[in-house]
Amino acid sequence: MSLKLPTFRGGIHPPDNKAMTAHKRIEAFRPAGDLVYPMSQHIGAPCAPIVKKGDKVLAGQKIADAEAFVSAPVLSSVSGTVKEIGMRMTISGSMDQCVVVENDGEYSYDATLPPHDDFKSVDPKECLRIIREAGIVGMGGAAFPTHVKLSPPPGKKIRWIIVNGAECEPFLNCDNRLMLEQPEAIVGGLEICMHLFPDAKGIIAIENNKPDAVACIQERLAERDGSMKVIPHEVKYPQGAEKMLIYTVTGQEIPPGALPADVGCLVINVRTLFHIWTAIVDGVPVVDRVISVVGDAIATPKNILAPLGTSVRELIDAAEGFTEEPAKILSGGPMMGISMRSIDVPVMKGTSGILALSARSARHLEESNCIRCGRCVTACPMGLLPSSLDRVVRLREYGEFEALGGMNCIECGSCTYVCPAQRHLTQTCRDGKAGVMAARKKAPKAEGKGEKK
Amino acid sequence: MNRLLVVASSPHIRSEMSTARIMAWVMAALTPAGLAGVYFFGLRSISVVLTCIVSCVVTEAIWQKCTKQKISVSDLSAAVTGLLLAYNTPPSIPLWMAVIGCVFAMVIVKHFFGGLGQNIINPALAGRAVMLICWPVAMTTWTLHGISTPTPLAILKGSESSGAALPPLFDTFLGSIGGCIGETSAPALIFGGCLLIYKGIVSWRIPVTYIATVAVLSLLLGRPGGPLLEIMSGGLMLGAFFMATDYATSPMTAKGQVVFALGCGAVTSLIRTFGGYPEGVSYSILIMNLTVPIIDRMTMPRVFGEVKTHGSK
Repeated sequence: MSLKLPTFRGGIHPPDNKAMTAHKRIEAFRPAGDLVYPMSQHIGAPCAPIVKKGDKVLAGQKIADAEAFVSAPVLSSVSGTVKEIGMRMTISGSMDQCVVVENDGEYSYDATLPPHDDFKSVDPKECLRIIREAGIVGMGGAAFPTHVKLSPPPGKKIRWIIVNGAECEPFLNCDNRLMLEQPEAIVGGLEICMHLFPDAKGIIAIENNKPDAVACIQERLAERDGSMKVIPHEVKYPQGAEKMLIYTVTGQEIPPGALPADVGCLVINVRTLFHIWTAIVDGVPVVDRVISVVGDAIATPKNILAPLGTSVRELIDAAEGFTEEPAKILSGGPMMGISMRSIDVPVMKGTSGILALSARSARHLEESNCIRCGRCVTACPMGLLPSSLDRVVRLREYGEFEALGGMNCIECGSCTYVCPAQRHLTQTCRDGKAGVMAARKKAPKAEGKGEKK
Repeated sequence: MNRLLVVASSPHIRSEMSTARIMAWVMAALTPAGLAGVYFFGLRSISVVLTCIVSCVVTEAIWQKCTKQKISVSDLSAAVTGLLLAYNTPPSIPLWMAVIGCVFAMVIVKHFFGGLGQNIINPALAGRAVMLICWPVAMTTWTLHGISTPTPLAILKGSESSGAALPPLFDTFLGSIGGCIGETSAPALIFGGCLLIYKGIVSWRIPVTYIATVAVLSLLLGRPGGPLLEIMSGGLMLGAFFMATDYATSPMTAKGQVVFALGCGAVTSLIRTFGGYPEGVSYSILIMNLTVPIIDRMTMPRVFGEVKTHGSK
């Protein structure tokens, strides 16, 4: 009998579908076509191009930046010539200003970032500067600038740095493979973070369906002092959600509206740590990422190390194309991923997977009446009543939506997944949140309470 | 790629469980009790069951056609209501009465309130309650092997055939006693109920709490038959596993389900002990159905990270 592993309340157990790529080594990919870099690949202020058409650029060279603190620069992932600066469709289906670089195939590297043999000799301020200049953002998908995350408000004492190796989205294996193939860099990245926060303990949280990764990281920690440990946790979605992960490993609940730093925690994705390590120690910025190209419509699912800006179409071709006409192609996993309108869009810093689903897997069923079965209530990790939220949103009663705690929804999709009546509960929650925000904007003094018409 | 891609909001995968599948499992779980009913009460039980299922399905289809709604009988919920109503009637019930009970259940109780999931009381039980008021004799005439037989609870009440002896406890357990078609066989009902619990379709909370409450109260109230007879007689097993667990008319939260089941157990015992009827399961569930909105309101789960429950504001 195995011991009960730590977890959170609620959640679901979708089929994890990880076997397709769990044992496939990361393959480096060299794109043939042009590379496209959207100016907004992160949460925060969009960048503005600092190169112009015809400029020669090097791999790792900064091509766009912003003045704002909450932003991260965009770097070229290849060497070549700036071919165009203009509006292009991005992976989310919206249009954004993009820098297009024609690849010269040389991969000549820019050497602006200095390498450091001993990161402990680097001043914390300098570390944060390098992290920003290297274009590092949260690589788990949210793409929040890492130098901002590592600069908590003064007075907030960081006691735990939690490494998010949960990878609870079905199908994806990019973090799993990175933990297996680059454990030294991940542990090293954590050590750099602990150098920034000397009072913090390091916790590497890994979902227990990745025993190889747990063993691999544990092996690396055995050689070090006891300030870091691996915590394997129960296999359950959405275990990798920040609030759920913090609760699982520290037993603390983040109050509504508060940040992880308020409970002394920082949560960092494994790929982000990898980049922190390579940026500071090797002087290599974020120019590529591991992407699981997977799904039941993909011929040969793979974990591909792709230069940022590579076209999704090229990656699908690298996985030998489709076995059948896909119904949906997603950026990210099946629970929170975004469905794409076109595959002629570039991958970005936050693109963890390209998932092509057949019509069977992505079936779209008609909504029927709520039967009040309560499955959504049991599944909601935030302790909400999705069926009630759904009802009030459809009645446009946004005040009631707020009173029921709807603004706490993390949009994990668990309620929609379990709903036997196929109701679009997650979507109505999104609508509810948008409705409340619109009402707040209209009447900022009313503090958003009560319904506004 | 020739087709356009589907663009929709996440999540992009769904569990296999659908409303129709849930209803199919409920019908499957009810089958052993029906077979026991046919075994003990004869083939006429089959005609009652079929009449009720067909009446409910046809009534729903006609209603939805007339009101220009999408016909949703394929979700099997109407069939489940028919099946449950049949199980709650005596095997000798005239079929036309069963049809009227079904029409009342479907139109007035279910569709007047908005259809599936919107009704505030259990349609099958409400149909049975109306039939009991309209045709009290036909609804309380129990025959076993062709002989009119009082139910154990009626014997306890002393309301009819006073002086008749209680059947052996083992017969009461198996279901070889007078009663409604689907309510007498405890092993068949427990088997079906456990199947639903195992499949995750209902939680153990309502049936276990309900039955335990009746057992404890039978001791406290000094019921002459003792707790075992009390929980195996009447409609308790059928009610606890299949009627009180009806999604639409029971609370959604775990805490609420326990409160609801405690209430069902208490009202059942009070009716059996002090009421005019020998049996109280149907009315207790109907009464507790009406408390579900307030129970749901009082037992809202605590929002993650919040100290105070938002329901108490």
